Amino acid sequence: MASLHSSIKDNELQFYGLVVLRVLIGWHFLYEGISKLINPYWSSAAYLLDSKWIFSGLAKAIVANPTLLSISDYVNMWGLTLVGVSLLLGLLSRYGSLVGMTFVCLYYLFAPPLLGLEYGRPGEGSYLIVNKNLIEACALWVLYCFPTSHIIGLDRFLPGIEKN
Amino acid sequence: MSKKEKPSKNTNLERRDLIKGLATVPVAGVFLANLWRKMKRDAEKKANLLSNLVQEKSAPNVVKSLSNSRHLNIGIIGYGGRGGHLVRGAGFATKGWTDTAYKNSQKNKLDKQFATFMSQEDLNCSLVGVCDLFDNRAELGLNASLNDVRPGGKPKTGATRYRHYTDLLANDAIDAVIIATPDHWHSRISVAAAKAGKHVYCEKGMTRTFDEAVEMYDAVKENGITFQLGHQNRQVEANEKAKQIYQQGLLGPVNLVEIATNRNSSWGAWVWDIHPDGNKNTIDWDTFQEPSPNKVPFGEEALKRFFRWRCWFDYGTGLSGDLMSHDFDAVNQIMDLGIPKYASSSGGIYFYKDGRDVPDVWHATLEYPDKDLTLLYSASLSSSNPRGNRIMGHDATMQMGGQSGGGSIHGFIVTADELSTQYKDRLENGIINPSYPIYTYSPGSKQVDGVTSATSRYFAQKGLLYTYREGKRVDPTHLHVKDWLDSIRDGSQPRCNMDVAFHEAVACAMATESYLKGRRIEWDPKKRRLV
Repeated sequence: MASLHSSIKDNELQFYGLVVLRVLIGWHFLYEGISKLINPYWSSAAYLLDSKWIFSGLAKAIVANPTLLSISDYVNMWGLTLVGVSLLLGLLSRYGSLVGMTFVCLYYLFAPPLLGLEYGRPGEGSYLIVNKNLIEACALWVLYCFPTSHIIGLDRFLPGIEKN
Repeated sequence: MSKKEKPSKNTNLERRDLIKGLATVPVAGVFLANLWRKMKRDAEKKANLLSNLVQEKSAPNVVKSLSNSRHLNIGIIGYGGRGGHLVRGAGFATKGWTDTAYKNSQKNKLDKQFATFMSQEDLNCSLVGVCDLFDNRAELGLNASLNDVRPGGKPKTGATRYRHYTDLLANDAIDAVIIATPDHWHSRISVAAAKAGKHVYCEKGMTRTFDEAVEMYDAVKENGITFQLGHQNRQVEANEKAKQIYQQGLLGPVNLVEIATNRNSSWGAWVWDIHPDGNKNTIDWDTFQEPSPNKVPFGEEALKRFFRWRCWFDYGTGLSGDLMSHDFDAVNQIMDLGIPKYASSSGGIYFYKDGRDVPDVWHATLEYPDKDLTLLYSASLSSSNPRGNRIMGHDATMQMGGQSGGGSIHGFIVTADELSTQYKDRLENGIINPSYPIYTYSPGSKQVDGVTSATSRYFAQKGLLYTYREGKRVDPTHLHVKDWLDSIRDGSQPRCNMDVAFHEAVACAMATESYLKGRRIEWDPKKRRLV
């Protein structure tokens, strides 16, 4: 692991590849968040109502309770936006990666494309067990393990952020 | 690279620090610029679609608040399944119903039936009279009148049971009656109630025959009572919104309207349970069949007819009065169609060969030559394929729901026609895509969305969006009963008053008569008769 870490630092192609990955995922999160913020009618209810597997009971409990649903909506809208800003600008990006990974893992677990689970929502791709949420979660894990924001990003100006 | 990153006081390196630290800020700038362009484009698109086409209006004000002004005593005649629902709409449910609904809500957090009932407005009325020809159901009505699990708390008074509707109408303390008997009794009881000065809420279909409809119309008008026909769709916001869109010409000239019933269950085909307590001692069979053309002695056949009355023309009109009436009234609400000039219908008993005489597959064509329009109704009781209702215009089509039924609560979508004249330029410029709706309406949401996607189209069709977010669900039946009671208090006309109710009654009677006589029926408005 240590040799991989140092080789990433010494290999510009690998390093900038990670920066690009961070920026692209940041862009995606930021727009997902902002598009919900600017739509006064957006609600996580539709997604939650269609939940299957282990979290479906929790999802229905959230939808049934207006307070919990509001919290869920608020956390999603602002969480996605802040993670997006964090990754895009390289501001506290390791934390951003971790929080972002939690978000997409939850999206995966609330509606995983497992055998036998069928969803009412129209899908935009074809998935079997692995879907884009799972892949994005793994990509964020990679970004967490190989931080770049202390070199390319606002973290460069923050004292105390790991500079390796 | 690591060497380059060591902190330094060298100016070049500081500048390099700055550049690297801010390297992705331009990306954020590109993001914001594109976000701005997208928002502007969406706003333009929306403005283009909606400001020109749809004059925004706030949601219709469905709830008046007059319930506290005058206490009303009501009676129920016919406490069956629908009667029970109507009385719940007025604020009275049986103990059994509230217990079950409460238990269901505890088991399933999404089951809001109990919460919806308890959050109904207290309509400031008492259920003081119950009349039913089956003892068991009359008892349920009395039970409902006394149950203190209700909006508004403990009822002021319980109900008295009446064996015959004339006895109930003779009670001067009763201001208004809900009539939820089988159709063959509607006219006779409504006329007697109007003559007794009682206000009437009558279930649909309004009458079994055309003559009964005329008699009922005259009685209501002559006695000046407040009359409401039981089409609770009149309270559904989607229909009001659809009416605005139609009136604003969004659809262009409309020459064809299709409405449909698609059911595929024995319950949906009126094969209802024969109650184990039903026998000659608990059912007043002779009174039940008094107005029907054919008399049947009490026995197994009579029990079937009593509990499954919709299957015989002796007591109702089958698909016509039960189901076409709902969808006809919804279209009449949206388009103000009135009574058709001609009606013809056909069908048969193709699936439920159980001794019934009403068809289980049936279609009616209603012609409006003065409006250049045909209304087609098509029904099957052996397929639940959700055909929905369509108002088909030269410029756009409005698709309402995916399933017909009592007061459709589904949303609707409006999709432009690819060969539309009105939208020709916009179609060519790509502002309008005929594959996606130009307007969607989802119940529970006040959203008017001109920028739609496959997902929003899907949820509009399913009609489940955002209902829970609004925090409160309202039962249209409650609103319809409330509308009636409020109108009694302020002397206004309720939404499904006799004028529009008469349209439904005559249109359905024409279609029924066409089936029975095997020929086209014409409406003569001058002589007020069918030819």
